[in-house]
Amino acid sequence: MPDATGLELTAHELRDANAEAVLGTTFYRGRAELQVAPAHVVEVLTTLRGKGYRTLASLHGVDYYPDEPRLGVLYELLDMKQVDRISVKARVSTEDPHIPTATGLFPGAEFPEREVFDMFGVVFDGHPDMRRILMPEDFPGFPQRRDFPIGGEPVLFTYNEENSYGKWQ
Amino acid sequence: MEVKREGLGPPGAPSDFRARQLLARDMLRGDLEGEALNLYVEERVMTTTLEKAVAWSQGNSIYPMTFGLACCAIEMMTIVGARMDIARFGWEAFRASPRQADLLILSGRVSVKMAPVIRRIYDQMLEPKWAISMGACCSSMGVFNNYALVPADKFMPIDVHVPGCPPRPEALMHGILRLRDKIHGHRPDGWRERYDAVGTEEVLAGEQGGAGAINVLAPGDTAGA
Amino acid sequence: MALETDYRKREESITYTAQAAGQGETHELLTLNIGPHHPATHGVLRLLATLEGEVVRDIKPIVGYVHTGIEKTAETKSYWKAIPVVERMDYLAYYFNAMAFCGATETLLGVEVPPRAQYLRVIHLELNRIMSHLVWLGTGALDLGAISMFWYCFRERETILDLFEMSSGQRMHTRYFQVGGVFEDIPPGFAAKLTKFLDEMPGRADQYADLLTKNQIVLERLHGICPLDEQTLLSLGVTGPLLRASGNPWDLRKAAPYSSYDHFDFKIPVGTVGDNYDRFRVRHAELYESVKIIRQALEGLPEGPHITPDRKVALPPRHELATSMEALIHHFKLVTEGFRVPPGEAYYPIEGPRGELGCFVRADGSAKPARVHMRDPSFVNLQALAPMVRGNYIADLIATLAMLDPILGGIDR
Repeated sequence: MPDATGLELTAHELRDANAEAVLGTTFYRGRAELQVAPAHVVEVLTTLRGKGYRTLASLHGVDYYPDEPRLGVLYELLDMKQVDRISVKARVSTEDPHIPTATGLFPGAEFPEREVFDMFGVVFDGHPDMRRILMPEDFPGFPQRRDFPIGGEPVLFTYNEENSYGKWQ
Repeated sequence: MEVKREGLGPPGAPSDFRARQLLARDMLRGDLEGEALNLYVEERVMTTTLEKAVAWSQGNSIYPMTFGLACCAIEMMTIVGARMDIARFGWEAFRASPRQADLLILSGRVSVKMAPVIRRIYDQMLEPKWAISMGACCSSMGVFNNYALVPADKFMPIDVHVPGCPPRPEALMHGILRLRDKIHGHRPDGWRERYDAVGTEEVLAGEQGGAGAINVLAPGDTAGA
Repeated sequence: MALETDYRKREESITYTAQAAGQGETHELLTLNIGPHHPATHGVLRLLATLEGEVVRDIKPIVGYVHTGIEKTAETKSYWKAIPVVERMDYLAYYFNAMAFCGATETLLGVEVPPRAQYLRVIHLELNRIMSHLVWLGTGALDLGAISMFWYCFRERETILDLFEMSSGQRMHTRYFQVGGVFEDIPPGFAAKLTKFLDEMPGRADQYADLLTKNQIVLERLHGICPLDEQTLLSLGVTGPLLRASGNPWDLRKAAPYSSYDHFDFKIPVGTVGDNYDRFRVRHAELYESVKIIRQALEGLPEGPHITPDRKVALPPRHELATSMEALIHHFKLVTEGFRVPPGEAYYPIEGPRGELGCFVRADGSAKPARVHMRDPSFVNLQALAPMVRGNYIADLIATLAMLDPILGGIDR
């Protein structure tokens, strides 16, 4: 990981390039994270890619309910030469869940972005194939949001077996 | 020392060789009658009904279908392996095509997307067909009681449920043998019959609305405390 | 809505990119649906293959047929109870799943894992790696037609599962790794049985090599088939044996060692061309390296506790419950509510048998994780399938899928 000073230097560099790109930095338990405005995500990723973080290790979403903006998209970048990792976080709200796609920079982001769309509803503008990947195509709702119910079936016991799905006719 | 040989035939049957020879000669000539004839036939001919014979052969040569979904599939593969050998029972011919298979071993979690596919495959199987629901995830919901899974009972009839997560290969073997008993038509005694505990069920069969339930706690019950 | 119309509707909505049918040929393109129920797809993977004759022009994997909502289920359970849930993701590498999750939680808690626990973790992780590679080898050879490999590999696998049963009581999905260490120390006969296994495993791996590596049919099916260069793999984010087969020696056990991997001396098998044969040889060679690691770990196993002595995180030993009031209270708290993790986020990557397995945990101060995301290697590696098989025969597709080693449980979670 870049240590805290390295992280601040990177953040300064990015702010110099574009004043409103970086919203903040966090360094917790050895993990460096940049909070970035969603519109400038691709710019930041390009700069970081130029600095050596050429592999996208993970792209995933987090729901920060009830903090707004609710939906966060995290990019975990990896620099194989220096063995360094840095995270980039972009938060969007549910009213306008659009963020530019990273598939131009990292073609390996295709499936993970589809998964974030499927599970959280974040639309990646410019993605070649923005469809649900894990749930059926016509599934209503976005399952991994915090206000989506966990669902499930009632547990079958002898007393509710008859009325429930237990006995197939 | 004198050695005395005695025949093991039914009481009344002659025990020395010459007498048996005469008996066989009479049989071939059609001269045996009555009790002697009955005994003769009983000793030599196995009688059964056609259904039982067919069921016996069906049960001993089932073609399971290769239907591994998740972790239970790995344990299903181990019973094909050499240590727990499913070929002992004649079930080693795993067919991939549903048209050729008898048994659908649902091994693993059935997700919402997969359920119509399974139903379609089950419909494509020809009668007679059976289904084993292997593991906790398809029998009930298992570890994952959530939006993404469907218990197999909801959309297809299951003959045997094998619990476990994943069930040991021995447990699956037990389930398979129970299914084979079911196919052969003899239901082994449940544990209540074996241990003379009939009547201790939570809900006694035939009672309406759970009025006869003796072990089910309703709201307000204190369990005797 | 009838089941059939739903199914048809779903099939229609999928579009495929049909690349031009090459150099003036006028063969028509056929869309063939392979799976989700198919004997050669490893699990319920659905592939929409666009074929021109027997040549694959494009392929579109469709996944989600075993999606279990593991990540959402883990949010409803406390950290201790979420370990069995998360374990069932990549169902051949269950120790790795648990390790990633426990590692992330330990990072957030700031808890240190005692050295004996680290060594025990390494032993079990490498045994699991061997087991996963054995299943890959058995089923992969089955796909190619070398059916008897299946029985040989599963014979070895049974020995490993016996070892797992000795240490934890379960064959698969053992809850052996806990936050702060391992659940229990290894029983007395474990070391002897493990040594016996280690003595015979390299010989067995040699036997598998004798059967397969110089076999003409295997060579024709795998050698020079579907190579993919390192740059494409890196841009797709592929890690693990696939990347190592193309020449890049990236292995997290060496690059960013975790859990005492830096104490052991082992090599990283690396391929040259990146075709199917290299992938096969790399995974096969990893069997020997894992045996070396386990031997070193077993010989150097340090004394000490097998789980962190921090009672706020790990259960106290049972004999203390009779004498110490604090132990009783800790036990009660841990079992009912669980430990609370201070707010923060952590991403813990480890080297799984298929590549980088990472676990992202977001804690919000309560006893349940607020978000658990497993970065599964097969999910990302599956994107490499399409570039690999374009322009090759459909039989090569099957062989490539076998060498890719996808585990659908990890892809779908």
